[in-house]
Amino acid sequence: MSEKPTRGRHRQAAPVLEVDGLSKSFGGQVALKDVSLEASQGELLAVLGPNGAGKTTLLSILAGIIRPDAGRISRSEGEVGWVPQQAALYRRLTVEENLRLFARMEESEEIEATVERMIEQAGLADRRRDQVSSLSGGNQQRINIAIGLLGDPAVLLLDEPSSGLDPSQRVRLWEFVAGLAKGGTTVIYSTHQIEEASQYGDRLVVLADGESIFDGTLAQMRRAAGARPKSQPATAEYDFVRFLRRSGY
Amino acid sequence: MRWLLVKDLQLLRRSPLVTGLLVIYPIVLAVLIGLAISRGPEKPRVAFLNQIPKGTGLNLGTTGGFSQQEAYRQLCAKIDCITVKSRAEVEQKVKDGEVLGGLILPADFLSKLQAELSTNATEPARVEVIVNQDDPLKAQIVDDRISSLLTQANLLLSAKISDVASNYEKILANGGEFTIPFLGQTVHVLGLQRSEAILNSIAMRLPRSERAQVSQVSDFARLARQNLALADTLLSSVRQPIAVDKQVIAGSIPPLDTFAVAVAAAITLLFVTVLLVSGSLALEREENTYTRLTRGLVSRTGLLIEKATLGTAAALVVTLLMLLAITPFESIAWERIYLIIPAILLAGAASSALGLAIGAAAREVRASALLAFALALPVAFVSLVPSGTVGKGLLDVIHVIAGAFPFRPAVDAFSGALAASGPDLGLPLLHLALLTVAYLVLARLALRRFA
Repeated sequence: MSEKPTRGRHRQAAPVLEVDGLSKSFGGQVALKDVSLEASQGELLAVLGPNGAGKTTLLSILAGIIRPDAGRISRSEGEVGWVPQQAALYRRLTVEENLRLFARMEESEEIEATVERMIEQAGLADRRRDQVSSLSGGNQQRINIAIGLLGDPAVLLLDEPSSGLDPSQRVRLWEFVAGLAKGGTTVIYSTHQIEEASQYGDRLVVLADGESIFDGTLAQMRRAAGARPKSQPATAEYDFVRFLRRSGY
Repeated sequence: MRWLLVKDLQLLRRSPLVTGLLVIYPIVLAVLIGLAISRGPEKPRVAFLNQIPKGTGLNLGTTGGFSQQEAYRQLCAKIDCITVKSRAEVEQKVKDGEVLGGLILPADFLSKLQAELSTNATEPARVEVIVNQDDPLKAQIVDDRISSLLTQANLLLSAKISDVASNYEKILANGGEFTIPFLGQTVHVLGLQRSEAILNSIAMRLPRSERAQVSQVSDFARLARQNLALADTLLSSVRQPIAVDKQVIAGSIPPLDTFAVAVAAAITLLFVTVLLVSGSLALEREENTYTRLTRGLVSRTGLLIEKATLGTAAALVVTLLMLLAITPFESIAWERIYLIIPAILLAGAASSALGLAIGAAAREVRASALLAFALALPVAFVSLVPSGTVGKGLLDVIHVIAGAFPFRPAVDAFSGALAASGPDLGLPLLHLALLTVAYLVLARLALRRFA
């Protein structure tokens, strides 16, 4: 059983990104089916769903890497930054060499100033001359995100940014991302962890089998999941699973 | 694109193994080729043991014969004679690979040869050949060299004997002193010419009825003398019964040394460029940067052109480095640099494009390196198979395979650029340009499933 998505109840400003009726198939396999969503300035939007739900496909379409078969994307002025799941960096180059290369390719106006700003923002000033291969996964992901921010995008897309990170690295990463949202950047990220989505997302969009089955807050999703049996713990994870089951997934 | 090129150079600087391969490989190859060429493969090293007693020679009567010194000089003009003192030394040098083979002249060699020439032979004169046939190729070379050497020795002997026979014929026709071969006794021979004159003189003094019989003998002497003149021509043809009139119907060939340099340069260029470019493209995927780059920072075609530029530049540097390293051993026609550089650039571009197709198809650095080796090695080997060594059908297949890869046209282009006598440069350059375009198209198509 699936419920109609409830959309945009927590929007506080005009949308910077609007998606309407996106569909995509690979061969005979449907990856996305009629997906619609909106995101406002400074919003942290979590795209949630089990593995194979279509999260990466949705973000890849929003990033312009894949063309949709159908649907429309409209956004306000400004770039869309994209941060892939695996750090897309040259591991034999140093932190600042990576940032400088991509800043040059983005044709940033003040190359060195931009590099300095990103190094500061990523909190890696003391590791700036270290080769990326010598950094931890968390630090590599911070540079990965910093490169996504080089074009000063209005919308930043993060594809499962915390996968492979330990808890302390995750906390530091989300503090960094939250700081970006506070600064006015709209952040749309994919994850399959409801705890992370509920803790760091202003709003959740749930995908299952390529369809958008929910758009709202955690509280709304809990209500949609129905009454919780007394035997089950009051965790977001249980509520999410109940919601999926109730929706027929 | 410029910054990507700078980045790739930075990565090369940070990868000492790859950079070392790029620099050391061509130098090592050049030195090896140079040493091989400067050793002079046309004069094989042969250990030579002469057991014939000193002072003896081959006596061929009035025209002389051979002294040992002369025979040694003639023999060692054809081979690089390493004189040794014992059979054990010959065997050791052959075993160690220091010489291609060993040649032993037994103590009774000349006496047996002398007996053969005086028709008193009980067995033929023999030389001993010692070889180390530890591989089939070497065995074939040794057989060819030794057979050629003995054929030349036999021809030399035939020439000397035909000289002696020609001298006999002249004495028989014209008369003179004659030393009987192998006995040393000198006799006076009247000769057919003087016999005819004497008979004619006698015939004039005889009655007419008796003159006819003497005239018959006189006519015989004249006919014999005239026909002996034909024998001289026949004996001359024995010296060299087959004359060679070589006509080249296909292929302008450069000198062998230049061809060797061209092959070495093409191998170096092919390996270095294909490995570098295929690895560099595959690395973009392994580092996950390909999607980030092609998401608007650079087009897919732009990325391919950047990698091809990197490969072509590396090909130019590496090949020039190799030619410089080979210069002390082999004279390189640097005055033809205006032809050498276009040949390198187009060969580099075609090899880079091949590397791009391999990198795009393999998608991983290790797989692309393996594929590059697996393709380049047999292609280089097959491309050097000469016509006439395999059947026509197989040769056609080989030509198609060789033509589909840049190695053979690169060899032709380098041969044409390095030597004026080499093949025409235009066709190989056009061939390389077409291969560049074809492989770039293939690589671009393969990029569709690259990310």
